Amino acid sequence: MKVKFDRIIAKGYLWLLLLVLYTPIIIIAIFSFTETKVLGNWTGFSLNLYKNIFVGDASGSMLSAIKNTLIIAIIAAIVSTVLGSFSAIGIYNLKNRHRKAITFLNSIPMINPDIITGISLFLLFVWLGVSQGYTTVILAHISFCTPYVVLSVMPRLTGMNQNIYEAALDLGATPFQALTKVIIPEIKPGIVSGFILSFTLSIDDFAVSLFTKGNIGLETLSTYIYSDARKGGLTPELRALSTLVFVVVLALLLVINLRAERQAKREQERAAVLKIKK
Amino acid sequence: MNKFVRYFSKRSSWSLPYFIFLLLFVVLPLLLIVFYAFRDNQGHFTVDNFVKFVQQKEALNTFIYSVGIAIVTTLLCILFGYPAAYILSNSDFNKSKTTVMLFILPMWVNFLIRTLATVTLFDITGLPLGQGALMFGLTYDFLPFMIYPIYNTMMKIDKSLIEAAQDLGASRAKVFTKVIFPLSLPGVLSGVLMVFLPTISTFAISELLTMNDIQLFGSVIQTYIMQSDTMNYGAALSLIMLLIIGITSLFTGGDAENESPGLI
Amino acid sequence: MALAENKKEPEAHIIDVRHVSKWFGEKQVLNDVNLYVRKGEFVTILGPSGCGKTTLLRILAGFHMATDGEILLEGKDIAQTPPYKRPMNTVFQRYALFPHLNVYDNVAFGLKLRKMDSKEMDAAVRKALKMVGMTDYEERDVNSLSGGQQQRVAIARAIVNKPQVLLLDEPLAALDLKMRKDMQLELKDMHKTLGITFIYVTHDQEEALTLSDTIVVMNEGVIQQIGTPTDIYNEPKNCFVADFIGESNILEGTMLKDCLVRFMDKEFNCVDTGFDDDEPVDVVLRPEDIYIMQRNEQAEQFHGIVQSCIFKGVHYEMIVLTPDGYEIMIQDYNSFEPGTDVSLIVKPADIHVMKKERLCNTIEATVVDSEHIEMLGEKFQILPTDIEAGTEVVAEVGFDKIDLMDYQEDGTADGEVRLIIYKGNHYHLTIATDEGPYLYVDTNDVWDDGDLVGINIKPEDIKLKVKG
Repeated sequence: MKVKFDRIIAKGYLWLLLLVLYTPIIIIAIFSFTETKVLGNWTGFSLNLYKNIFVGDASGSMLSAIKNTLIIAIIAAIVSTVLGSFSAIGIYNLKNRHRKAITFLNSIPMINPDIITGISLFLLFVWLGVSQGYTTVILAHISFCTPYVVLSVMPRLTGMNQNIYEAALDLGATPFQALTKVIIPEIKPGIVSGFILSFTLSIDDFAVSLFTKGNIGLETLSTYIYSDARKGGLTPELRALSTLVFVVVLALLLVINLRAERQAKREQERAAVLKIKK
Repeated sequence: MNKFVRYFSKRSSWSLPYFIFLLLFVVLPLLLIVFYAFRDNQGHFTVDNFVKFVQQKEALNTFIYSVGIAIVTTLLCILFGYPAAYILSNSDFNKSKTTVMLFILPMWVNFLIRTLATVTLFDITGLPLGQGALMFGLTYDFLPFMIYPIYNTMMKIDKSLIEAAQDLGASRAKVFTKVIFPLSLPGVLSGVLMVFLPTISTFAISELLTMNDIQLFGSVIQTYIMQSDTMNYGAALSLIMLLIIGITSLFTGGDAENESPGLI
Repeated sequence: MALAENKKEPEAHIIDVRHVSKWFGEKQVLNDVNLYVRKGEFVTILGPSGCGKTTLLRILAGFHMATDGEILLEGKDIAQTPPYKRPMNTVFQRYALFPHLNVYDNVAFGLKLRKMDSKEMDAAVRKALKMVGMTDYEERDVNSLSGGQQQRVAIARAIVNKPQVLLLDEPLAALDLKMRKDMQLELKDMHKTLGITFIYVTHDQEEALTLSDTIVVMNEGVIQQIGTPTDIYNEPKNCFVADFIGESNILEGTMLKDCLVRFMDKEFNCVDTGFDDDEPVDVVLRPEDIYIMQRNEQAEQFHGIVQSCIFKGVHYEMIVLTPDGYEIMIQDYNSFEPGTDVSLIVKPADIHVMKKERLCNTIEATVVDSEHIEMLGEKFQILPTDIEAGTEVVAEVGFDKIDLMDYQEDGTADGEVRLIIYKGNHYHLTIATDEGPYLYVDTNDVWDDGDLVGINIKPEDIKLKVKG
């Protein structure tokens, strides 16, 4: 009996927290479907806010911010993934002492708060006399994304059966063929999750972009929202944008987790079938 | 040409480009912070920036205030987050993966958007922005980052340890205090890192949630750095923040593995 | 020890290993290894872990390069050839199947690299799978297979490439006993059917005796003996082989003259010749060769009291203690209760006499001053000598004159116990020292393999001889 009572309290606590967590988002979502400038004032259902993201006066800068964010994220994610994957293989083959040193260096960007990363890179570009813009932002994003790719790929390397590479050589593969036909397929899951992680981190970034975007009017989604919100009051279109982002993230997470669950179920079924067959 | 090819056919040398990259884009920039912190506008060596920090009460007060806010936020996150993590990881209370996902979801949403959400909440309810809003907003933003590592660690606790404790006569409360709690501490430590450090360095949140009224240390640094005549002072302040962060990391042994939230 | 065996006609050597040595940094793993393999043979390299057998195999495969020496394949030096160009394939101890490919693609891997015609390749893959008994498993995920099944796929993957030599690195070590025995027979069949040369590495002497045409026994990077299974079993060349293969009683003895040997203070007729008169020797008696019966003073050669009797399934294993203090192991179908007075007889043909490899320790040293020498990297005290300081000498120390200490700090030099041979009434230990030389110690104390010990030698027990 006590367990049941505890259960109710526990579940209740969770739902309370979830309520607090999601109420603001739900409010924004609800009010994204009405055009009012003042929150709380429902002026009738309308999809105009969503339309305005893509057309209309507000749309120009918002749309270009979205565009920039996506372009930067894709480029940064691709470069980080390639650089990180090859580097992980390189680091894995290093002698212990060297490996520890470079792993330490690799962890610095992950521990540093983004404001420090932003400021340090800002100073770098100032000191080098490089004008800030697209390139500097992309470089900056690569610098904080790559460590996470390395972190994603390394466990796959260390968990790999050492002998597989040798087995490939033994069967006639040149080192290059062994790499492409055996090692890369083995670490592919790490590469994929590293890519997804890089893409997400880049899209989500605010501080680093702020410090490295320079004065040419380049805005990413985050910096756009920031400068807009600073002006006081919430641009109504931002409500629609926020809701969209939220829905996309929700969908992504659902898809990823459903796939993982389906994969796990498939493996369970296979294991069960084997038990019977034996 | 042959030597070049021979060198790169050794896979360990594939780490070299990245090593150089790290030196250039991680180590050097950090060194530059130190460099600029100890120089004045003309580029001469000076410790004036630090003297200014201690003497000019403004920056020092903001710093202390920010640390205080960060500590309070962290404690609040532990207060609300620990029970949540425990309940989520305990199959007596929760068997739903969806519920866990709902708690993790906010971490993936752009934090500015989340901050905007809290602003709207205060907007709609008519509550004033200010310190209260700031505390609420920070806790709201960072709560999932405390829940996730604690949840993760608790899930990884070997179930047979719990069974062993029960076998030896421990009640549910005892199981918690003697087995689960001690083993969950690494997760708590991880969560503290993931909340305290960003909170100390945050600036956008405070500006939005207090209408630029209350400045946190991060915003102060941002203001100074972006202007060329106070850049050195800003660098010095950054260095101070770095020191705090470095000390905190040392104490908690910075576990970077828990920092990439993803699948449940 | 350079060895070449068998006075048969020199048949086609498919592999020649000449004077191969291998160092990993400071550690020497192979020491002047010489052997050859005939075409179509099943050769097993047998030895305890750490003896260098796997390293030797990997050098043959091409994963390591020998520090010194030559490896010849059909007369051609292949030391520089990378593994993917050698006509040899390896079966790894932990299978090393490619997890991202299914069974069919695993087996076809080598053939695909050679861009074989797909019809041919399909036929070859199916044939290989049939030979290892894995037909119908083509589509399966390799991770879902049991250990034994994975091993078979690994074998199929290797033989489908029709290599000239198949290298097997303890392939059955990870399987349970029953499966191991089954696979052993299958491997032997496969060898007969395929007709290719098998080079097999194992630490299991039963396995080696079952499978091989020739056995190469190794210890500490040195080949101890090469021969057929019966040769190795019946005529071990030294204590190590006698002790490693099967059960043995090894005793100190003296060869009085041809066909007459003295041990346990008694004289026995035997069949060995070729020794000097009164030469110190080691004598080997196999437990199954000793006749045990109720005490009968007329018929016996020697006698004792049964200490223990254990049922081993096929036979009983008994330890008998003689009045002189020798413990002898006997295996017999009859059992005798502990405490029984028994008589023991052994036939002359079953007494095997081995040359002693050494009579005492001979260690290289340098004279430091009139009362000290430097040996094994440490300063040892000696009786006053008038040999000049700086002279290189050889120190002779009897086996029983070395004191071993439980803690390395208590000794002048450090060592690690590597081999323990029971010699009836004492233990004969092989100790490895940091500097390299091995020490041999007779003791009644019981030590364990791998124990770290301190080494002390009394000054009066060190006898110096000037080198050269």
